[in-house]
Amino acid sequence: MRVKVDFDLCQGHGVCQSEAPEVFGFDADRQQVVLLDERPPESLREKLKAAVRFCPTLALAIEEE
Amino acid sequence: MSLAAPDLPAPSPAAAGLRPPPVLRGALPGLGHLLELRRAPIALMQRVRDECGDVGEMRWAGQRVVLLSGEKAQEAFFRAPEEQLDQAAAYPFMKPIFGAGVVFDTSVEQRKQAIKNRSLRDESMRGHAEGIAAETERMAERLGREGTLDLLEFFSELTIYTSSSCLLGREFRDELGPGFAEAYKDLERGTDAFAYVNPHLPLPSFRARDRARARLVAMVSEIIARRERERRETSDLLHVLTRLRKPDGQPRYSADQITGMFIAMMFAGHHTTSGTAAWTLIELLRHPAVLAGVVSELGALYADGREVSYQALREIPSLESAIKEALRLHPPLIVLMRKVMHEFQHGGFRIDAGKLVAVSPAVSNRMPENFPDPERYDPDRYGPGREEDRQSFAWIPFGAGRHRCVGAAFAMMQLKAIFSVLLRGFDFELAQPPESYRNDHSKMVVQLRQPCLVRYRRRGA
Repeated sequence: MRVKVDFDLCQGHGVCQSEAPEVFGFDADRQQVVLLDERPPESLREKLKAAVRFCPTLALAIEEE
Repeated sequence: MSLAAPDLPAPSPAAAGLRPPPVLRGALPGLGHLLELRRAPIALMQRVRDECGDVGEMRWAGQRVVLLSGEKAQEAFFRAPEEQLDQAAAYPFMKPIFGAGVVFDTSVEQRKQAIKNRSLRDESMRGHAEGIAAETERMAERLGREGTLDLLEFFSELTIYTSSSCLLGREFRDELGPGFAEAYKDLERGTDAFAYVNPHLPLPSFRARDRARARLVAMVSEIIARRERERRETSDLLHVLTRLRKPDGQPRYSADQITGMFIAMMFAGHHTTSGTAAWTLIELLRHPAVLAGVVSELGALYADGREVSYQALREIPSLESAIKEALRLHPPLIVLMRKVMHEFQHGGFRIDAGKLVAVSPAVSNRMPENFPDPERYDPDRYGPGREEDRQSFAWIPFGAGRHRCVGAAFAMMQLKAIFSVLLRGFDFELAQPPESYRNDHSKMVVQLRQPCLVRYRRRGA
């Protein structure tokens, strides 16, 4: 699976970071998320689903490959 | 005063072949569609969509306003860069409320700063949730065993306390009397669309707005003076702002400016949350089966005695769907606007610099192509398999894109906390015919129209 971020939408709330710190970091200059791992392992799927679901700006998506 | 349209720059050569948007019929000389805007704004905007399509132009006095509707046109609006569509210039009715030097909406930079300052970041929410639950309990204590309450007054006052406490600090909130909420209401009512002609016309609502702002400045000045007198140890935002000095040693900000900043910080979260709380309760009382589901869900979740502040940050699915559906049908902001800084194009149309472009959550949230049976209050839309709120450029009670409401998560948490207290503590019933609850659309800030009464009785009393 592949994680996608829509940077037109991200406002840097940091919810994804709380849900999946392995995958999402924070860029303090741009005040937006940074993707640490674009193709995370399957074991993180549940955490990623929570990040996608609870993103306050709906900026995240999981794409199946 | 001038009702003439502003001089618009000539279109760029690149735009050759693009047409200007069709203009809605029924514009009056000078006033355009302004009277219709003041009388029935949602019907006006729906008429633009029905008669002109996805791109159609209204005239608000001298201001040309192009409504973009439909998911594609709305996406173009929300994705446009700040340099092309500017938010601050689009809301002239807010200037006299905030005062000189305070902008309507923070720039993208300031907004990011606000999140960085953590008052709206994820990790601050726990403390906010505790504060909100406590404020709701405090208001609930005043209700006694049973009686009738006015939804507008009750939720307006409650949300003054919750938003001041969470955004400005609990110390400041504890220094507020009920007069603050009263004055704030007059500010919100001072948003007549005649501001598009001139925000300083001698209208009663504009005069009341200016008097209310002066009263708020006096209250904040009094709080500052009292803190000085009593040499109180404080650490909130007011404390910081009053201690900032210019190089010559004079205070950096006057009480007037500080009040303006506080009004601005509270504005976006006040009438919006207050109205949504009221409409959530009204719709629940209109739909007893939904209400019963929400009440039993709350009963089960809190059966182990857990704190509201714990659960409000977690999922409360039927309550959340009930709130979302109230937001869809009764979005607190019915029109979102931007000023066109550089020519904007969409769907073969050219929109010149100087015009406003607008998107209407009230129109969008009822588009039948996105929301089947759109007039029906149906919280199941948000359940598994349907999730109609995930159409991010169609379900837009919080807007979308860069300017999407930065307080959306805070607002949802706040509403969950409020109803966790109220629906477990009281039984409510409508005190008027169900269809008699309406919004007052005569001002740009939409409020519930009075009378808007419900009866309540304390549980187990």
